Formats: sequence, structure tokens, C-alpha cells
Amino acid sequence: MSDLTKLTIAEAQAKLRKHEISARELTRACLDRIAAVEPMLNAFITVTEREALEQADAADQRLASNDAPPLCGIPLGIKDIYATRGVKTTCASKILENFVPPFDATVIAKLRAEGAVFVGKANMDEFAMGSSTENSAFGPTRNPHDLERVAGGSSGGSAAAVAAYECLASLGTDTGGSIREPASFCGVVGIKPTYSRVSRYGVIAYASSLDQVGPFARTVRDAAIMLRALAGIDRSDSTCSARAVPDYERALTGDVKGLRIGVPKEYFVEGMQTEVEKSVREALAALQKAGARTVDISLPHTPYAVAAYYLIATAEASANLARYDGIRFGLRVPAENNIELYEKSRAQGFGAEVKRRIMLGTFALSAGYYDAYYLKGQKVRTLIRRDFERAFESCDVVMAPVAPTTAFKLGEKTDDPLTMYLSDIFTISVNLAGLPGMSIPCGYDNAGLPIGLQIIGAPFSEETMFRVGDAYEKLGAFKPRQMKI
Amino acid sequence: MAESKITLEQVRHVALLARLKLSPEEETRLVADMSSMLGYVEKLNELKTDDIPPTAQVGEPGTPMRDDAVTNQPAPEDMLANAPARSGGFFKVPKIIE
Repeated sequence: MSDLTKLTIAEAQAKLRKHEISARELTRACLDRIAAVEPMLNAFITVTEREALEQADAADQRLASNDAPPLCGIPLGIKDIYATRGVKTTCASKILENFVPPFDATVIAKLRAEGAVFVGKANMDEFAMGSSTENSAFGPTRNPHDLERVAGGSSGGSAAAVAAYECLASLGTDTGGSIREPASFCGVVGIKPTYSRVSRYGVIAYASSLDQVGPFARTVRDAAIMLRALAGIDRSDSTCSARAVPDYERALTGDVKGLRIGVPKEYFVEGMQTEVEKSVREALAALQKAGARTVDISLPHTPYAVAAYYLIATAEASANLARYDGIRFGLRVPAENNIELYEKSRAQGFGAEVKRRIMLGTFALSAGYYDAYYLKGQKVRTLIRRDFERAFESCDVVMAPVAPTTAFKLGEKTDDPLTMYLSDIFTISVNLAGLPGMSIPCGYDNAGLPIGLQIIGAPFSEETMFRVGDAYEKLGAFKPRQMKI
Repeated sequence: MAESKITLEQVRHVALLARLKLSPEEETRLVADMSSMLGYVEKLNELKTDDIPPTAQVGEPGTPMRDDAVTNQPAPEDMLANAPARSGGFFKVPKIIE
């Protein structure tokens, strides 16, 4: 393997600027790595080799004239949920198998303007519905640490691609844990920013009150560089915040003295893998040694989060996915009349999990059941928000595991949807409350699978979250291991 | 298996609302899966929420306004490029008026 693929963004930036390496060399190295490992991993649905090399050459021209924005020439993977002008965008669904967007998502346009290089469109659970990337219409992504195991989901391809050195960083989306859980399973850093911090324009919608854009990277600094490029107001997304975007890198002081870390008792529950709890507790101890202190807190409504989420998210999904009707774009199954055309196109185009969620959501919103299900879910969402508001009166960040276990085996949870849904038990509340959350590697289990530490912040406290994550990295308590592939 | 929370007839009604043509196997499977989920979400009834307002969204309060100005050029070919069926400059659909 070429060592270029192992560079962090920060390292690659320096080498590109000093003309020690070219964007083309760096991109070529990633593309070669993709060619070598994709038969094993399936992290990408589409590899955009030709476009990537063109972008790299354009980046080299900008670098030559010393007019290079931070991500100029950096090879990135893009979850196949982002509209990319002229490049197939499938959302891992048969219904969009041949869809070529006529426009770029706002974050894609921003990255293009910086001169970033897109090596391909990453695999995912169909319409971001899943926790293992097994719901992709184009086959599952395998975990680079153990090919018999899942990469997590729904952004499993984006996480695996960064872990396996196919690109330096990538984009995912997180509706109930879809960045943090795969980051944890693949041993990379994953950021779910505050709701509204990043534009969703051009991001195929799943559950609009929960969806958020975020990066995967191999270091906290790289994730900070990525988020600065992504965040900020967008006139095409009315939910996007107008708040100024801080230079997150400046927050990386390494100082955690006096930091109050809230440790919620509800996130250390019976049934969780013992090594996961042990690793997270060791991370807390390391931070305490560096001057932080822990505060016992309670988030009492945690056990209700998954239930509330599956009413709210599926209800929103049933509305968002109504647009796939076989009329203006996407799969069309011919029929005698329009109703039959809709019914057949949707039946053939959507996979089993997407149908299940559309059905549950349609039911939760239907006459006679709205109050008992959808409205009840929204009220419990209020209680979960209030839990966090109260918690942040006594702490600066909350720390917990990302998931109750490490990566599970392919096929292990596909027969029982509820078991799969419970993999997100520790990540879902953060989406319901609209908070920023980070997954950062903190250890390995006995089988050598990565474990993620979750750092949760108050709204718009990404700087604190980055500072703590970076400080933890600098402590060196976690030692990354070489992967077999 | 616990008692069914949803009947086959209800599943068929919801499928009609959702515009999904389900196979008999899918219908049977959905009765089981939806019953299991609806049974699980019943745990929310342990919480008294009469006086709790619902949360519909968690972003910044208010809705920002912008000028209603055209920002893109007309590009009918781009817009029609993904059409499953077209006729000239139009999307083609089955006849909807008898």
C-alpha cells in the first residue's frame, strides 16, 4: 500500500502546499487502493476515477499558483445520498438506480469550490434506513477490521472507506446514529453536528427533523477541517442556521483542565459488551488524569428514545418518500393507470426495510392513530430534550459508549428488525434532541474490533466537542492497530 | 408470539394509503413486523404526557425569509433527462381522464 493514502488531511495539506506531492499522485494512490480492496469491502457503489483525476489536475493548477483552499486536492468519499451533478446518485435503492442529478447538494458545491477530489459514491443502507449497510440494494459493505462483520450503518461505506485508506475523509449523514455507529464499528472519527449546523439541500431526505450532514475522518483535527468547510448558512435550506462558523481547528488546544464530563447512568446498562464499558471507563479515567472531572448524571427518558424515534422517523419518511412515484425520475413499472403505476413502481423499487418503515410511518400518521402514536412520540421527544437541557446545567459534555457492542456479524440481525433498531440505543437521543455528537476510537474488544467513545455536546458546542476529542487523542491512551487488509 | 397489534386488513389499508402493492408474503411478514414494533412502542404509555408539548423540530426558532428571486436558468433538458418516459418537452404518464 502506498503511504500517501495513510496521510491525514492536515499532513496532506502541508505536503501539497510545499509541492512535495501532487494532488494527482495522492488521488492515484487512493484509486489504486480502492482497486485493491473494493472486491473485499464494497464500500463504494460508484467509483468516479475519471472525474477524480480531472479534479486532481485542476487542484494541482490551483496549488501551483498558491491559491489553494484547505481541502484543495484532498480525496474524499461521498455517501451516495448526496446529489452530485452528472454522477449517478442511487441512495442505495433500485428506485434511483439510474438517477443522475442535474444539480449539486450545497455541501458538494462547497467542497467543489474548495478544490476537493471525489473518488466515489459510498455504499449505505437504502435511503439511510439501517444500522449495518446490509439494506443496500447493491450488497453490504464489509468491515475492514473483519470481513465477516458489518461496517455499521447507514453510512457504512463512508466509514469503511476512511478506515481502509480508500480516501482521506468522507461524508455521511446521521438521522439516528448513522455516522457515529459505523465510525465506532470501523474505528474512525465521526461527527454528527448540531441539527441545522450544515445545509441539507440536495441530501436525499429520510426524516427531516432529524437528518444531519457530517464527516468521517481519521483524526479529530481532520474532522474539524471538514466541518468548517461544510457548515454555514444556505439560502436553499430554510432550516440551516445563520450562526457564524468558528474555525474549529483553533479550538484544539489540548486543554481539558476543569472540564466537567457528565456520565449518564442510563448509558451503562446490563447486556452491553463488557469490553465496551471497560474501554469507555478507561477513556474517562485518562481524561480525569488530564484534569477533567466526571459528574454522575441521569437522562431518565433514555429507555424511551428508540420507541419515540421509530414513530417520528418513520412518519417523516413516509411523507418524504411519497415523491418516488415513477413520474418525473426513478424507476417506473408500466401500468394501465396512474395509481397502479405508483403502486407497482414503489413495490419494485423499494427494499423490504424501506417498505417496513413507510408502512409503520403511514400507520402512525393515519386517521385514528395520530394522537396515540405520532403525537405521543413527539411529546416524549420533548422529555428527552429536557433531560439533556437539565444535564448540561451540571456538565460541559456528556460521554458514553456509541453502541452497546462492537461490529456484529453479517446476517446476525437481519431477521429481526427490532434487534437491529436497538443497535442505535445510545445514539438516537442525540438526534431527537438536535445535539452535536462525536464518535472517537477508544479501544478494541478481545476479537480486535474497534470500540467508540461518544462525546455529546450542548447545541452549537462543536468547539468544545472537538477540543475534548483532540485532547483525548493527544493523551495517546488509545493506540490504533494495523489492519490485516 | 404476542397478540397481533395490527390485522391483515389494516395492513392492506395502510399499503393502499402508502401506494405500495404488496405480495401476500410481504403482507404476512408486515403483520408480524408491525405488530412487534407497535408492541414495543407501547412502552411510551408508561409516561404521562398530557401536559407535555410536542417537539416537531429542534432547529433555530422562526423561519428565515429570502427574496423570491429566480436564481437558475431554465434547463428543460436537464430536468427531463431523468424522465422514465417523455414526449417532446413533456413527462409522459398513463391516461388519467377517461
